[in-house]
Amino acid sequence: MNTQLSPEMTTAPAGAGKRTTIAISNLNFFYGKTQSLTNVNLNIHERQVTAFIGPSGCGKSTLLRTLNRMYDLYPGQRAEGSIMYRGRNILDAGQDLNMLRAKIGMVFQKPTPFPMSIYDNIAFGVRLYEDLSKGEMDERVEWALKKAALWGEVKDKLTKSGLSLSGGQQQRLCIARGVAVKPDVLLLDEPTSALDPISTSKVEELISELKQDYTIAIVTHNMQQAARCSDYTAYMYLGELVEFGETDQIFMNPARKETQDYITGRFG
Amino acid sequence: MNQAAINPQEPIVPMNKVYRKRLFRHRVGIAMSVLAMSLGLAVLAWILVTLVINGFSALSVNMFTESTPAPGSEGGGLANAIFGTFMIVGLSTLVSTPIGILAGMYLAEYGNENKLAAVTRFVTDIMLSAPSIVIGMFVWAAYVATTNHYSGYAGSIALALIAVPVVVRTTDNMLRLVPSSLLEAAFALGAPRWKVAMTVRLRAVKAGVITGVLLAVARISGETAPLLFTALNNQFFSKDMNGPMANLPVVIYGFAMSPYDNWRELAWGGALLVTFSVLALNIISRTMFSQKIPN
Repeated sequence: MNTQLSPEMTTAPAGAGKRTTIAISNLNFFYGKTQSLTNVNLNIHERQVTAFIGPSGCGKSTLLRTLNRMYDLYPGQRAEGSIMYRGRNILDAGQDLNMLRAKIGMVFQKPTPFPMSIYDNIAFGVRLYEDLSKGEMDERVEWALKKAALWGEVKDKLTKSGLSLSGGQQQRLCIARGVAVKPDVLLLDEPTSALDPISTSKVEELISELKQDYTIAIVTHNMQQAARCSDYTAYMYLGELVEFGETDQIFMNPARKETQDYITGRFG
Repeated sequence: MNQAAINPQEPIVPMNKVYRKRLFRHRVGIAMSVLAMSLGLAVLAWILVTLVINGFSALSVNMFTESTPAPGSEGGGLANAIFGTFMIVGLSTLVSTPIGILAGMYLAEYGNENKLAAVTRFVTDIMLSAPSIVIGMFVWAAYVATTNHYSGYAGSIALALIAVPVVVRTTDNMLRLVPSSLLEAAFALGAPRWKVAMTVRLRAVKAGVITGVLLAVARISGETAPLLFTALNNQFFSKDMNGPMANLPVVIYGFAMSPYDNWRELAWGGALLVTFSVLALNIISRTMFSQKIPN
């Protein structure tokens, strides 16, 4: 996390020299007849944290939910345009959504532990696509829980229900669950909005830890959070991408006045 | 500033008119609710007390070891009827639980996007309120009349027809309580739909679904009309479900209005047994398997 701002950086085009994991172009999204994303173009870079900010209803969660085609669960929602990932368009009809979602993981706003033990919460996703021995699975569970900074707190009660944990622990359990399947990309949809400040800072530390290995996209209402944890920031408003660039540039020297108004709290 | 002594009876803030009116309405409402509740409880207590007074003397070891007495003979018990009820209700529970749960899952999964599911739900609702005597007649016509003999199997089929809609409806209702966020979390890991339905959604409301099954068992264990047409009765102890079988409701029905004292006493004893078993099932399902709404 850079705190120092160098003037040259602000002029560099966003993501120059970085490898692109997901390339979104001309993305339009519809809830029935209502259009909620208009012509979004954006690149998400490998092993970087990209934050989506903007007022409620601006489409940032919708955008995130197109990346693993979560919207597909609901009839009447559809996306047009292209989202290129590993050389293929995610939005193509023939995609195997289960395999896609195993590679593009997601953590939600509210902690959603499954009604099973802590161990099985982690193992659930792994068992879907990997055939591990008991020992390997034990290792994987420990690894994922360590990644999510939860191992120390739960290592003696892995057989207890995931629902018995506190809210902050449940959220880290959900992150561990997402990490355990070793995805390429982690989508975080306001992962800390239901958490207290201590849990929040743990999750934020976790995010900067996780970006060593994963590409991360995070939706947040908390602008300090975007400034603290992200490398790139996208400001959205009314379903359109207003500005996208390196986080330092967006926060210190935004090109658009609307962006500046929003991040300085004059609007939104 | 000249209030002298503070009167502890006076409220800190004097009541205003709106609040006084609302308080009055609140009290009337509470009074009526309590009255309605006591009326219900009083009737229940009355039934239970009557049953205990009349049926208690029939409770004896003989009741569980001896079969129903022949006309004019002394003593006797309900062993054949108790066993028959266990077999008939047990078999129909075994049949209706998987069917009911699977159908309930189907409705919860596809109920909103599929014509067939909408029709299934509609038919289930009709079956829920179908008079049980009609179901008895139906099974008589469809099974008993074609096989030419009454049987325990026919009784189980009739009871299963009553139990299935109960299990379907509770399973469906419970599964609908599972928030979409939990399902999305499972889908987000790449879990296929059947896996999400079986391992996450159903598991989240396991207690509620078990409650539904127990309530269905409670419901069918006292049904008389469907068994009159199907299992009929049997004066002797029989393990053959392919033939007429004794069962508690029909024995109670036959014995209660008979001229023999020992028969009437057994009828009361049987009624006591059925009622308290059903009561126990209800209490168990509401306490041990009380469903917490998943977050």
